[in-house]
Amino acid sequence: MVVVRVHPQTLMKIKKEIVENVARIARLDLTQKEVEKFEEDFRDILKDFSKLKKVSTDCVKPTFSTLEFGLHMSSDCVQKSITNSQALSNTKNKEKGFFKGPKTI
Amino acid sequence: MSYLITKVNLKKKGMPLVVKDNICTKGIQTTAGSKILEGFIPTYDATAVKQAKKAGCVIIGKATMDEFGFGTFSTNCAYGIPKNPHDKTRSCGGSSGGVAGYVAASKTNVFGLGSSTGGSISCPASFCGVVGLTPTYGLVSRYGLIDYASSMDRIGPITKTVKDAAWLLSKITSNSFSEEKDTDSNYHRTGDRDYTNFCGKSIKGMKIGVPKEYMNLASKPVKDKLNKAIKKLEKLGAKVLEISLKYTDVSLPAYYIIALSEASTNLAKFCGMRYGLESKVEGSFNDYFSKIRSKGFGEEAKRRILLGTFVRMAGFKDEYYLKASRVRTLVIDDFQKVFRKVDVIVAPTMPIIAPKFSEIDKMKPLDCYRIDALTVPVNFAGLPHLSVFAGKIDKMPVGLHLISNYFQEGKIIQVGDAFERS
Repeated sequence: MVVVRVHPQTLMKIKKEIVENVARIARLDLTQKEVEKFEEDFRDILKDFSKLKKVSTDCVKPTFSTLEFGLHMSSDCVQKSITNSQALSNTKNKEKGFFKGPKTI
Repeated sequence: MSYLITKVNLKKKGMPLVVKDNICTKGIQTTAGSKILEGFIPTYDATAVKQAKKAGCVIIGKATMDEFGFGTFSTNCAYGIPKNPHDKTRSCGGSSGGVAGYVAASKTNVFGLGSSTGGSISCPASFCGVVGLTPTYGLVSRYGLIDYASSMDRIGPITKTVKDAAWLLSKITSNSFSEEKDTDSNYHRTGDRDYTNFCGKSIKGMKIGVPKEYMNLASKPVKDKLNKAIKKLEKLGAKVLEISLKYTDVSLPAYYIIALSEASTNLAKFCGMRYGLESKVEGSFNDYFSKIRSKGFGEEAKRRILLGTFVRMAGFKDEYYLKASRVRTLVIDDFQKVFRKVDVIVAPTMPIIAPKFSEIDKMKPLDCYRIDALTVPVNFAGLPHLSVFAGKIDKMPVGLHLISNYFQEGKIIQVGDAFERS
């Protein structure tokens, strides 16, 4: 696998290798036609995103949640949950009460 | 007309309810408008659905939508594109287009449950001429909502009248939410969370702000229609003043950076295992996951996953994700300054009327994103908002957008209802 290192200075020089690398990370197989299309979209959209550079955000704290609700803990007791058969009801890939998945090693 | 992906036979009597297909319904297929979730049958109801059922609603169908909520026109749908009931050549708006289209087209009264991340309740409500109410972030439980961007996703009513929306909101408001945390807002507590108590009231003396930046973004016919609506509010006794929301233009890119970042992580779980689209398990996990994801996601979902992955990558995170999170603070502060002066902000819901499908076909992705310019800031800030019918241009509906401070749904319901009755 070819890993393309991207530096921020290459921001506006989006190339198809960058799109292909991002697709690999995101577990998407793209056709050449898709790569070319997304390459063009990346340029347009990232150029628009760069508008944020003009906004001064020195000393501004980031917001990750619009309202701080605090942590609401549920009571520490056994609660009703879905059954094993319900959990497995949406897949054909199952065996002996477990999900079956592809090889990881 | 492709409003529904799944129709449910009415066995029980009750108030008919159409539910957007990204909200889990026990025993009824829930796809989020995506092929990757085809055949997924949840084993539980979303909290909002459970509460609506408890209040007497009966689900009659699951509505079409842009895949995972990714769209402004309900054209990124894997199960059919809903057509606007006012003109079949035009869009219903997105992403809750199926719900809004169905509610607008129905000759009998029907309630709808939609969801919004960047305007997906207000936009289709405006384009279809119905009422869309997006509550304060967190007021309605997100349990059972298939996530797009978790820090912004909300469930809310789409109905024919403001009073119906107020009734449905009263029923689906989460009981587990701590009111004690909401120290400076007594408004929503009045009436013991029965938001219908805000209907039928006068709006005399209420202060209404009109953001000049929002008016400037609207097309001339929409702007003219809105000015008429504002005059109507003045006649009803409201005091109207011009306000400024100076971070309006940078809200859109900042919102998209955060929304796409969150979407790309949320969608990582769809990989052809446990539920949804799957095939014979073979090959390495990388090959299997990539094969299923490439087959199951549509073009817009792929685009958003790629962009969201890119802006979170090492070397870019500070420039995009963190920068956008800081801009989000500025956008919220901007609204808070305004709410010291006014009770409600009034603006056009959408800058245009519902476009024709032939016009949408010519738009590039960025052009589509830009149409969200008026609904994005308020969603980015997590504030409640209501879109009500404000009249027609060329036989197509225009929406009046009402925005209030956190937990002050009562105020927008009060103004929206008074406007609707006048």
